Amino acid sequence: MTKTLRIGCGAGYAGDRIDPAVTLAERGNIRYLCFECLAERTIAIAQLEKAADPGKGYGPFLEERMEAVLPFCARDGLVVVTNLGAANPPAALEKTLEIARRLGTGPLRIGAVTGDDVLETVLAGNDPVAETGVPVRDLGDRLLSANAYLGAEAILPALRAGCRVVLTGRVADPSLFLAPMIHEFRWDLRDWRLLGAGTALGHLLECAAQVTGGFFADPGVKDVPRLEDVGFPIAEVSPDGDGVITKVPGTGGRVDLRTCREQMLYEIHDPSAYLTPDVTADFSAVVMEDLGRDRVRISHAAGRARPESLKVSLGVREGFLGEGEISFAGRGALERARMAGEIVLWRLERAGIPRDSVKVEIIGYNALLGPIAEREFPVPSDARLRVAARLDDRRQAERVGEEVEALYLNGPAGAGGARKSARPVIAVYTTFLPRERVRTELTIREAP
Amino acid sequence: MKRKLHEIAHGRAGDKGDITNVSLFPYRPEHYALLREQVTAAAVKAHFGDMVRGEVLRYEVPSIRGLNFVLHGTRSGGVSSAPDLDAHGKSLSFGLLEMEIEIPGGEG
Repeated sequence: MTKTLRIGCGAGYAGDRIDPAVTLAERGNIRYLCFECLAERTIAIAQLEKAADPGKGYGPFLEERMEAVLPFCARDGLVVVTNLGAANPPAALEKTLEIARRLGTGPLRIGAVTGDDVLETVLAGNDPVAETGVPVRDLGDRLLSANAYLGAEAILPALRAGCRVVLTGRVADPSLFLAPMIHEFRWDLRDWRLLGAGTALGHLLECAAQVTGGFFADPGVKDVPRLEDVGFPIAEVSPDGDGVITKVPGTGGRVDLRTCREQMLYEIHDPSAYLTPDVTADFSAVVMEDLGRDRVRISHAAGRARPESLKVSLGVREGFLGEGEISFAGRGALERARMAGEIVLWRLERAGIPRDSVKVEIIGYNALLGPIAEREFPVPSDARLRVAARLDDRRQAERVGEEVEALYLNGPAGAGGARKSARPVIAVYTTFLPRERVRTELTIREAP
Repeated sequence: MKRKLHEIAHGRAGDKGDITNVSLFPYRPEHYALLREQVTAAAVKAHFGDMVRGEVLRYEVPSIRGLNFVLHGTRSGGVSSAPDLDAHGKSLSFGLLEMEIEIPGGEG
């Protein structure tokens, strides 16, 4: 029981790099490799793909990721846990089997966890949308997907059954990492302190490079060695829930108190009450110790009883985003960009698009920091006007970019580099379901 | 003397829909007390002005010398439907780092 468990993170978002995951599988000396590949909207998009083709609807890059890691599962006993099943874990299972056969991996047990898809449940119920109070069912055909955040508990049966690959749909990100800890250390599902401690480590891992130097570098202020080859993280977990965050020696990036601190509070509201399906984790007294050589020890994370209900993420069609951009340079660039913005606003208003629904910003000046930037920084020599609006009607959304593009001939002097686009918007809303209304299931198949 | 937060602290922004959190950590341990004293929720709300429509909450995590600011109403309608260029608000940490604080005696 004193041996530590090494868990790696192979992806922190749907489109993440694949080579760092291969490095982890090859040289990380890890027992588990978890891929977090499901942003809030990814599953709604996958649901549309599944509707068009029942064999699709799994996450992006499933094939590439499985081709890269399945040989390690078969040969070294590496266990892969991932939410790449997205809207269709059974289809992901079939695809993974096909890849295993093609690669000739030899015997491999693969599991798919379903039950997170609660679209029919919420459409039949009276549950309100948390943000608006309107019943979920009133969203009608605008509602594309409804997925409950499952916890580590849903993954455990697959691990107990000896699956080397576990494919899920929506699972809370840290739960992907917590499940192997619970399984290997036989943690009690009601030992809130252990689950809180494991969740802290899972939270540090779940965004991959964000704890090893990604999303961190600020040249001359916070330097990161060889960010171009940044390594993905590993947690060495102790049976008591403490652990060390590290990475494969020789990879780029860094693990130190600063990278770990920033990631500890990433996307956290109240640090003493981080809610997951598994536990109410408490990071408010977490202790970090720099052990040197890219190793940081994490301890004193805690936990309390898990929330009674499960959070459900709703993917909702919400019209179209129309965008247009055009640039101005040299003296007076900012004034010309502003003038151009006013022209577009006037034209859109005349076409029935109210001013207050249109976002006008100047990239290179105030697009990201608004009034703070206007106050603090000098006028740029490059000013790129961006006009954007979310509109119910596609044709109206297209008009936004068209009016920006028309500035070439009709706007201020020296307008260049126009771009336009109009694309469907999927918004994400929330509802909650009592646990007993969410049933999970495991399907197991064997590669020959 | 007045200094920009960027000179003495670092942090990271993340989103949950229409709510953005920004963490803040001093480079030097002795500056944590200054941050606690001067970078209050009210000061951060004033600093961001119209960019934050709702309230600003502040949480303290002294064991890692961190402050966590939760800014309500930074995006119009949450991540996926916000028309903003940075729909997630991930760049807002550098907005906070533009804030000025007073460092006694011009040390540091």
